[in-house]
Amino acid sequence: MRRFCGWLMLALALAGCGAEGDRFAGVDLTGASWGKDFHLRDPEGRVRSLADFRGKVVAVFFGFVQCPDACPTALARAVEAKKKLGANGDRLQVIFITVDPERDSAELLREYIAAFDPTFLALRGTPEEVRRVADEFKVFYEKVPTGSAYTVNHSTMTYLFDPQGRLRVGLSHALGAEQFAHDVRLLLKQAS
Amino acid sequence: MTRTLLASFFLLAATAAFAQVTVKDPWVRATVPQQKTTGAFMKLESNEDARLVAASSPVAGVVELHEMAMEQGVMKMRAVPSIAVPAGKGVELKPGGYHVMLMELKTQVKEGDTVPITLTFEGKDGKRRTVEVKAPARPLKTAPGHGEAKKPH
Repeated sequence: MRRFCGWLMLALALAGCGAEGDRFAGVDLTGASWGKDFHLRDPEGRVRSLADFRGKVVAVFFGFVQCPDACPTALARAVEAKKKLGANGDRLQVIFITVDPERDSAELLREYIAAFDPTFLALRGTPEEVRRVADEFKVFYEKVPTGSAYTVNHSTMTYLFDPQGRLRVGLSHALGAEQFAHDVRLLLKQAS
Repeated sequence: MTRTLLASFFLLAATAAFAQVTVKDPWVRATVPQQKTTGAFMKLESNEDARLVAASSPVAGVVELHEMAMEQGVMKMRAVPSIAVPAGKGVELKPGGYHVMLMELKTQVKEGDTVPITLTFEGKDGKRRTVEVKAPARPLKTAPGHGEAKKPH
């Protein structure tokens, strides 16, 4: 019996590609009373919010351009996840919100995000606007001096919104592109 | 005559005991034109315990050694005075861990560029020596290697 269960688990695990069937690989945030929306400007100066992306799964990551490690890694993971989604990749909108609006100008953000994928979007605001949005998403960030400049320590959670614009999943930095893609697929499936 | 031979022998022995550090698979993450910082990653191996104590590069005004630490979901970066290279075991500078931080970049680091970096190592005997590295620039969107992600249970 135990051996049968072992094989069954293996079969289920393989079928779910590392995550279990209808459960998210990330943290299920369905019904959260926070993380409702953001209203920040894109590099062209237009205010964007979740309403602009109805019908798509939206992935939001908070970071900054002078970040040598966590941010390129998280965005590269999003690029890989989008590839794994194939045709469904068109239904994923990746958004990068800067927690360093003082250095991350609109032009720099436009260039930076385009280096990852032409469909990815970078948003910024005044330091106060960014602080308000980060608080809404329980995102921690702080400036720390380094050398003659500063770095920004920050939360590395990626937030997934379903095609109806509701916060559903928190994907930790430790999860891979496969888990990311799995959760997007699940959100798209549930919406259909 | 014997004394000279003995002295030469000890001199050779002392030289042979000096830490030999090798650098493998160095790479630098490419940047977009207005970006002022980026990271260099590599594998360091040594026959003797050694420490990476400094780095410099013609492309950067300031170069520091940095460590990443994830604390309850918050990624923190801090400068460290040195990075240990344990004998035999070595150390890997990779995303999520250590890196050489290239700051105040004087120029864009384009994919395919070769970035010269001078690494200074210190052996157990306190002696320092430098190793010249030519690190290729990989795309900004280079994804981490396999084995990085932890599968949930």
